[in-house]
Amino acid sequence: MLELKNVSYAADGRKILDQISLKIEQNNFLVITGPNGSGKSTLAQILMGIKKPSAGQIVFNGQDITDLSITERAKLGIAFAFQQPVKFKGLTVKELLEIAGDAKILPKVGLNPEDYLERELNSTLSGGELKRIEIATALARKAKLTIFDEPEAGIDLWSFEKLTDTFNELKNQQKDSSIIIISHQERILKIADEILVLEKGKVKSFGPATKLLPEILEGEK
Amino acid sequence: MRLSEEVKQIFCEVADLKEIPAGAYNFRVNGKSVGRQSSENIDIKPKTDVSGLEIHIKAGTKNETVHIPVAISVTGIEEDVYNDFYIGDDSDVTIVAGCGIYNCGGENSTHNGIHRFFIGKNCKVKYIERHLGLGRGAGGKILNPTTELEIGENSEATLYMEQLKGVDSTIRDTRATLKKDAHIIVEERLLTHGRQTAESSYNIELGEDSTADINSRAVARDISRQKFVSHIIGNGRCRGHSACDAILMEDASVLAEPALDAKSPDAALIHEAAIGKIAGDKITKLCSLGLTEAEAESKIINGFLR
Repeated sequence: MLELKNVSYAADGRKILDQISLKIEQNNFLVITGPNGSGKSTLAQILMGIKKPSAGQIVFNGQDITDLSITERAKLGIAFAFQQPVKFKGLTVKELLEIAGDAKILPKVGLNPEDYLERELNSTLSGGELKRIEIATALARKAKLTIFDEPEAGIDLWSFEKLTDTFNELKNQQKDSSIIIISHQERILKIADEILVLEKGKVKSFGPATKLLPEILEGEK
Repeated sequence: MRLSEEVKQIFCEVADLKEIPAGAYNFRVNGKSVGRQSSENIDIKPKTDVSGLEIHIKAGTKNETVHIPVAISVTGIEEDVYNDFYIGDDSDVTIVAGCGIYNCGGENSTHNGIHRFFIGKNCKVKYIERHLGLGRGAGGKILNPTTELEIGENSEATLYMEQLKGVDSTIRDTRATLKKDAHIIVEERLLTHGRQTAESSYNIELGEDSTADINSRAVARDISRQKFVSHIIGNGRCRGHSACDAILMEDASVLAEPALDAKSPDAALIHEAAIGKIAGDKITKLCSLGLTEAEAESKIINGFLR
């Protein structure tokens, strides 16, 4: 469903991604992990079209999407949950979710619709609430490929446990779709079908979670 | 009462009026009152010294609305209109004002509306004022509202003031004096485009235990120019907050001049101002949900000005 061919990205003369090649099959739950500065978020942004690769090719469901805009990729069925949620003065949670495609999704991220749907997406919402709404917008897309950039960032531990259940559920209900999560969390890594470890902009390892997870956990000790 | 299509459109857009409202009203068209009605609790009568109205609302009036829309549909009119509102204690009322100018001619049409509110104790007053310019004539559509309020003890005034299109020039002056435990909330929405200019100033004097919350959201497009001035004076233990958020597009410009004058150590006054283009991350987010950049921009502006 998704193939990266020698994708590189450089900014200010510094190589951030260096010749990344990988293939992700349908119904895959891939977790991309690696140390800070390894290029994980850049890779996710390149998939959504937020950043343009300096070299290489991205193929999605047989179509070369390397030069497509964010909107075009969204319409093809790629969704993205940003690491840093954006505030919108004047827009309500309901309106944003309706743009995304489903305002009924809120309970999936542990928020009560009655309390939240009519609220404005401004600073009266906490960082954690905004983050959960951000995740909800990506879920509401019901996309073929959904990318979550560090969903755990800014969320308290208790809420994160619940969110892990949502991801688990998402995985179990996966049908002709794939999920990519950028994460450091063991709980998320444990749900993965495959794990990609990035280091200094290169693929350090890529393979089934059953094989890679013990190595990663061992390495952290 | 026969109203032209232009006037009907203005009344509909500035006061949501599709028909004659129940309750008290005064319709002013091209400098004359064309329809007026008082109600049991709300008495509207013309002033004798200057053009305008005296509106007396009896103490204890609840859940009543007064409509006083103004329309100008000819070119070359300039009018000063003085409307005074006397609102009795314990009232809970809504006042729908608003003015539209339809100018197809070559001369300026100007409406200077001076509204004074004398609000008693324990009242809740909602004031809605929408301004609009229509017509393709070269003559200017100029609206200069002055709003002065004396807000009595334990009363609350909420002002919704909106000017979203077609007004070439506006100088808006809002002044309020608040007694003990009084509150004022202002939601102002301004959009300027083309060569339009808009100035909006607030001067709020806060008494003991009173509060002010002034929120101005503005969008300046093309080569339009806006100026926002707020002056909040805290005379005792009080809380004042003003926020000026402005989105700049094309070659427009916005000047914000906030001033806070805390005359007591117990006055807590805050001003926030943010002026700039639409942040790129907002557009990116909406594009990631499938909107084009133009659709994203329009969603953001429409939401912001709501």
